[in-house]
Amino acid sequence: MGDTAKNFGALRSRDLIVWALAGATMLVAPQVFGSSLAVTMLSQMGIAIVACLSFNMLLGQGGMLSFGHAVYSGLGSFVTIHALQAIGSGGLPIPVGTIPLVGGLAGLLFAALFGFVSTRKSGTTFAMITLGIGELVFAASLMVPEFFGGEAGVNANRVVGKAVMGITFGPQIQVYYLLAFYTFVCTAGMYAFTRTPLGRMLNAVRDNPERVGFIGYDTQRVRYVSFVIAGFFAGVAGGMYALNFEIATAEVVGAARSGAYLLFTFLGGVTFFVGPIIGAVLMVVALVMLSEITKAWLLYLGLAFLLMVMYAPGGIASLIMVNLRVCKFGKFGPLLGGYAALAAAGAPMLFGGAAMVEMVYHLQLNEALGPTMRFLGIGLDVKAAASWLGTAMVAAIGSVLFEFARRRFVLRWGQVQNEIEAAIRAKESV
Amino acid sequence: MEFFTLSMLNGLSYGLLLFMLSSGLTLIFSMMGVLNFAHASFYMVGAYAAYSITRYFGFWPALLFAPLVVAALGAAFERYCLRRVHKFGHVPELLITFGLSYVALELVQLIWGRAAVDFQPPEALRGPMFTLLNSSVDGLHLHWGAASAAMCSAAGSAARIVCSPFPATRGFVMLIALTMFAALWLISTRTRIGLVIQGALTHPEMVEALGHNVPRVFMLVFGAGAGLAGLAGVIGGSTFVTEPSMAGMVGPVIFVVVVVGGMGSLAGAFVASVLIGVVQTFAVALDYSVAGAFASSGVLLGPAARNHSLLKLTIAQVAPILPYLFLVLILIFRPTGLMGRREG
Repeated sequence: MGDTAKNFGALRSRDLIVWALAGATMLVAPQVFGSSLAVTMLSQMGIAIVACLSFNMLLGQGGMLSFGHAVYSGLGSFVTIHALQAIGSGGLPIPVGTIPLVGGLAGLLFAALFGFVSTRKSGTTFAMITLGIGELVFAASLMVPEFFGGEAGVNANRVVGKAVMGITFGPQIQVYYLLAFYTFVCTAGMYAFTRTPLGRMLNAVRDNPERVGFIGYDTQRVRYVSFVIAGFFAGVAGGMYALNFEIATAEVVGAARSGAYLLFTFLGGVTFFVGPIIGAVLMVVALVMLSEITKAWLLYLGLAFLLMVMYAPGGIASLIMVNLRVCKFGKFGPLLGGYAALAAAGAPMLFGGAAMVEMVYHLQLNEALGPTMRFLGIGLDVKAAASWLGTAMVAAIGSVLFEFARRRFVLRWGQVQNEIEAAIRAKESV
Repeated sequence: MEFFTLSMLNGLSYGLLLFMLSSGLTLIFSMMGVLNFAHASFYMVGAYAAYSITRYFGFWPALLFAPLVVAALGAAFERYCLRRVHKFGHVPELLITFGLSYVALELVQLIWGRAAVDFQPPEALRGPMFTLLNSSVDGLHLHWGAASAAMCSAAGSAARIVCSPFPATRGFVMLIALTMFAALWLISTRTRIGLVIQGALTHPEMVEALGHNVPRVFMLVFGAGAGLAGLAGVIGGSTFVTEPSMAGMVGPVIFVVVVVGGMGSLAGAFVASVLIGVVQTFAVALDYSVAGAFASSGVLLGPAARNHSLLKLTIAQVAPILPYLFLVLILIFRPTGLMGRREG
């Protein structure tokens, strides 16, 4: 207890190293991956990281499941676009570099407005209200073309105003560094938030609102203030989005985007601060690359999400963390064989299942291209019974083997965890 | 007058359809504390399953079997997925149904394609159920079935007759919904299993101690709720359009209904469904706007204001957001919902 009290709020040297490494990665990344696609993706990752972290402020730290987080990032985008237009016409004398903050302010204001309604409730009702507000804003955005631009959206030019030290934000790389700066600052800000008394109270409200109420805190107020702060960061993400894409359409406030924030933040992991960052990176990779490779990517994503909720509710971050713990105690060796068996059995299972899904999609969408399709380098004839039987067999055999491997792995895993517990207890008793 | 009657009936049938969905949702929620985000997906699956069954066996078998298929799917989902996350709390339960809504949508698109399918109501339901004849001479008449052209085109030259048909499918929706509620009510109050369910609603531990398998009761309730959604899907899909976006269109509205009615209150869900159904139906038909109101009351607006889209918005255009506005207003002025109890 004494140790934690002393270190509360202070940064340990290990933390400083992690932050320095993160900053260095952001600086170096576009030099290593220099292609324009890579820089575009890196920029989007920065935006997604801020958005997912702000979402996790609600879900992970406050236990507030929001189905309408895109409202705040999206409205931030719209306001930012209008601010950019105002800068262009000379009506707003601020440098372009500060423009994401305009989005942040917009997110904060709208969160203060809508949060007044939604944070009156918690839990399931809160989720439903955020869904309703999301639908409300999305439907309204198509009704007011003056502000939202209707179906086509509104656009603006980011190369406006005077260049500061030769930086015009014309080239993508300049935008990337600006976005990286904001990503770093916002990430640090949100991490700092988790260590403030308010952040800790938010955790308490998540875990035991009744007791928090008895201590004398107003749970509704804690939720509201946190919601507004999360709205601010979401708005910054929206502003970054507007600066990057120079356009905002109605879909930036839509339910699909809110759903994506939820899905990927959860996949990344809500119980650790790094979880949403992992989720955000995954989100950009999935949206940009996976959706190019396969039409069925949302199906795979949904299935992965279902499995994650059922078997690993802490997301990828928690999977990494438990394995790191195993490594720390030097017990990873016995598990290696189990992991190898899981991978060996899982590969044919996934291959067979995915091949069948892809064949169905090929039948539906690409029939004009002929009956043969290529899947992972193998030609499959979607009209031939043999390819269906073959993939089904591969999938079935894979599943049976996987189930065997899984059962053995679960046993082994339980043993290793017990050994670790025993080791911890032995250390404590010394 | 015939506008009012028909809009009222249309609104009622839409409201009753909403209630078929929200009753299952409310039942599941009040029993298990789970708000089933995928409830509208079961509605969609019901419509698609009925479409496939109709192609081979006809509409009437589909009306019986499609809900059973959906109920079985729902029960299986409860048994193998939902029950597993029950111990993690309510948010993961909501999340897993959220994930299911994605998977269900993708699977439906995988099986039936991305375009709308041609799911027609049966021959018997295609015509109008009755026609309202409004004659300037004889007043309002009701004529069962379709009115002949001769009846509508003024017998005498002096009379002006307006014919307004009411579609039989809409009437069928009301019939099915009311039959279903009667059956539900009878089952829940007059049968043994109904009493067990009612007991498990409030005192699950006690019911379990008396030797009933409460998890199985939960599975049955979840399956029944999904089946009700499937039944709504069969008639909703044949009345409206069966397409992959149908779940996304009705889903948020039924959540609004459940919150507005008061979480877990069946009576509240009924009032809210009918209210939202009627209000939305009337709103769609009303072509008034703020600018129009100014114009008719003689207030002159400048050209900029007259062309501002906010003022030009008609009530019909605002209709899609009315349920959500309603939700926000209810939460401000009566946070427990229309008939909800205080949250513990």
